[in-house]
Amino acid sequence: MSISVETGMNPPHGAYAGDRTWFARRMLLALVVVLVLTAMFSIASGATDTSVVSVAWALVSGQDDLISAVERVVILDIRMPRTLLGMLIGAALAVSGATMQGLFRNPLADPGIVGVSAGASLGAVTFIVLGAGALAPVASFLGMYHIPFAAFIGGLVFTMALYRISTRNGRTSVATMLLAGIALGAMAGAFTGLLVFWADDEQLRDLTFWGLGSIAGATWIKVLAVAPIIVPILVFSPFMARGLNAMTLGEATAQHLGVNVQVFKRVAIVMVAAATGACVAVSGGIGFVGIVVPHLLRLLIGPDHRFLLPACALLGAVMLLFADAIARQIVAPAELPIGIVTAAIGAPFFLWILLRRRGLMDI
Amino acid sequence: MLDVRNIHVRLGKTEILHGIDMQAAKEQFTVIIGPNGSGKTTLLRALTGEIGFEGNVSLNGVDIASARPVELASLRGVLPQSANLSFPFTVHEVVRLGLTTGIQTGADAGSRVDQALAAVDLQGFGGRFYQELSGGEQQRVQLARVLTQVWEPVFEGKPRCLFLDEPISSLDIRHQLQIMQIARRYAEAGGGVIAILHDLNLTAHFADHVVLMSGGRVHASGHPHAVLTPSNLEAVYGCPMAVGTVPAGMDFFVLPLISSSQTA
Repeated sequence: MSISVETGMNPPHGAYAGDRTWFARRMLLALVVVLVLTAMFSIASGATDTSVVSVAWALVSGQDDLISAVERVVILDIRMPRTLLGMLIGAALAVSGATMQGLFRNPLADPGIVGVSAGASLGAVTFIVLGAGALAPVASFLGMYHIPFAAFIGGLVFTMALYRISTRNGRTSVATMLLAGIALGAMAGAFTGLLVFWADDEQLRDLTFWGLGSIAGATWIKVLAVAPIIVPILVFSPFMARGLNAMTLGEATAQHLGVNVQVFKRVAIVMVAAATGACVAVSGGIGFVGIVVPHLLRLLIGPDHRFLLPACALLGAVMLLFADAIARQIVAPAELPIGIVTAAIGAPFFLWILLRRRGLMDI
Repeated sequence: MLDVRNIHVRLGKTEILHGIDMQAAKEQFTVIIGPNGSGKTTLLRALTGEIGFEGNVSLNGVDIASARPVELASLRGVLPQSANLSFPFTVHEVVRLGLTTGIQTGADAGSRVDQALAAVDLQGFGGRFYQELSGGEQQRVQLARVLTQVWEPVFEGKPRCLFLDEPISSLDIRHQLQIMQIARRYAEAGGGVIAILHDLNLTAHFADHVVLMSGGRVHASGHPHAVLTPSNLEAVYGCPMAVGTVPAGMDFFVLPLISSSQTA
């Protein structure tokens, strides 16, 4: 008689060595549980001490008298949109980071670092400042989507420029990509600065707060403005996985393996730009989520994008809710912009990856 | 199986290939040889649809220039000269990338991967990290990936093709011979193999058909004995060569005549 013991990391008996599918699937399930718990914690915590369970019960059972009107407002109109927005933004940032890293075959590619977010910001600021003036007809035509749309266009132009500059004969140069990213970011910064110079006082206040990165001003309108962009991207992203896996061997080999590389690259670039644009439009510059989350998950479950992309969506959401919790607690009763928290944690992490990979990079 | 008609390739303003005609038959191991810069790799890149060209290339009657990538992927596998990975994939995961387009027959994916690893003498390497292997081991992992993609030499009644760009460049002699035998067996089982090699002796020993290139043109092509002649080789490589058999009538060899080339 034999007794089999399954430990956390070991695949079941008979699996193939080096096949991490089994473990990755279980990690995805675990992340779903962690995300649900984190979301409940996020909704329950805050200045007003509210039990999320009692609120949930009151809503489900229809017994409105169980909770006060204040609690209703706090939970439904303040915390729930904030939690949902945080989840959407975190998932979108992590998935677009992982997609961009796969596309560029480099773990340091991130929309925030290589100037794509700066491009998206430029698009958004253009509409914030000129939306009431020169661009008013476009802004009113697009309604609540005009800022996300402008950020998308800005991000798209910058991603395409970056890819053109740093990729030659199907190979992407890391050094060129990072340096081009600095240049593109500086260019976007210069134009953004110029626009800020023209902004009036009210626009200036909006811009300052927004530029630091925050989900504090979350409303249902903001959730509804970005959900139709982010949710389809998250649902669609696993279909990019095989292509991204093949792309890690280079564009030519991906083509030989049956991937239509030209079409694939365009779809991936539009996806990254749309996700980054949506995030930037409602939450400003929240950096490093797209670097930290995919990197941690590659260490944990491996780089297979079939599991990496959904895992990034889940862990990205979790991480952003945690960062938001820190932003709310650390200087309570005031709160920090979440971008400060993610940068304070993410920037040293980025340096750590850089140091670890120094010997491997062909700079 | 592979039919190449008058192809020209330009990279920038320079024409690299000046009208190449060649045929490669199924059940044959075709070897492309020639000095550095003679256009071998450019030719292979054109034949696999990687770069644009003027002229006509068809594989099993499928026009390379207009075929969809997924259609070509079912017909042929391509081994590049080198492949770097930027992410920590295991050997198992790299070989499994051969199944990207999902053309999979017979065995399940995992055992196909193990079969391919065994074919290149890398049993038990599945769990190792690709980036931690030696250059020669990485080259064999890549070959296992290509074999996984087109495992059956004949698929749905049509011969498949292996394109190998210097498949043995960083291998020791034992593994060089092993890879040559894999290529031979693939051809004998009904597929086609087209490889770029630098080793004239292995070419002489294993090839059914040799294409000798020089300056972006085909200098000579045909049976190894007809192509690998002292006059052809000296004209192309610029150094005198002796060609013979050792022992008499058995293995064919090509030997550069070093002392006379130094004095020449």
